[in-house]
Amino acid sequence: MTWASALKAIAMAFAVIGFLSLAPGTPSALAQSTIDVPLEDLSEESRAKALFKILRCLVCQNQSIDDSNADLARDLRVLVRQRIAAGDSDDQTVGYIVDRYGDWVLLEPPFKQATLILWLGPLAILILAVGGIALRFRRRTVEAPVAPAPLNADESRRLAELLDDVDTKDGTS
Amino acid sequence: MRLGYAIPLVIFFALAVALYVGLGLKPRDIPSALIDKPVPTFDLAAVKGRDKGLATADLNTGEVSLVNVFASWCGPCRVEHPLWMDVQAAGNVPLHGINYKDDPDNAANWLERFGDPYTRTGADRNGRVGIDWGVYGVPETFVIDRQGRIRYKHVGVMTRDILDDRILPLVRQLQEQKQ
Repeated sequence: MTWASALKAIAMAFAVIGFLSLAPGTPSALAQSTIDVPLEDLSEESRAKALFKILRCLVCQNQSIDDSNADLARDLRVLVRQRIAAGDSDDQTVGYIVDRYGDWVLLEPPFKQATLILWLGPLAILILAVGGIALRFRRRTVEAPVAPAPLNADESRRLAELLDDVDTKDGTS
Repeated sequence: MRLGYAIPLVIFFALAVALYVGLGLKPRDIPSALIDKPVPTFDLAAVKGRDKGLATADLNTGEVSLVNVFASWCGPCRVEHPLWMDVQAAGNVPLHGINYKDDPDNAANWLERFGDPYTRTGADRNGRVGIDWGVYGVPETFVIDRQGRIRYKHVGVMTRDILDDRILPLVRQLQEQKQ
């Protein structure tokens, strides 16, 4: 039983390895020719590090190139360090990559005409919702304080009778 | 006032439709920033054993061309490879290859073993030219117009359907345009 499950696990592991080696965008170790080393200038390295955190890894998509182990992420880290070492500003460095991969490479989308709904949509919905609720409550508070008209003589007599009725029923039972 | 009760229902259905459409979108298909832009400036030596390298000028000859980014380590490249052999055999449009982050011997062996569909090849050993082309998932295929601009980009494995329904019609359309 345990042997069988162990064999099964091994077979699964091989299947997974086989599958991964076929997946797109996974270069072999042979293809590596760029090395990921920190810059010697500490202030330049900290600027590069800050940029790594805002740039998306296009292979793993929800990771920054700072987090990602993907080959392309490493290449982009090398590129960012080279641009900074060559004297580019942060904006120039990010612009260089955005020119090639589009706004999508930024983890935080830029504020511009195409992204107006994205940035302002939630705020608009919040304002509409709060406005709607406020309107409803105002209407309700206007209606509530209207006091009921006082009972006329006929009605008071019926009320007294009903109350008496309840009292006597309570007494007998 | 009675219609007010329908508002949440309307919002619900609008959201449901929007989210349903969203389910069908592929997050891997990133819109390319390079569409309608001139091809990047680059100059690559040919893959080992070949003499025609690939550079910007080769894509700016007044001819429509295809550029395919491939590598010997890439499984899907092997899958789409027969289609490129067909394109080469048909001879309607020149097909060039960028060999992305590959070992020179592996690349040469791969082309010798399975066939070389490329008119020109460029060996992008460190992937820097790939970055200039906005490459993020090999294989990728670009359609270049007569003016040397990128007109279409396909990311991932090429299929017979996409080739026949999108790529080749676009190539024909671009070829009909005057220079």
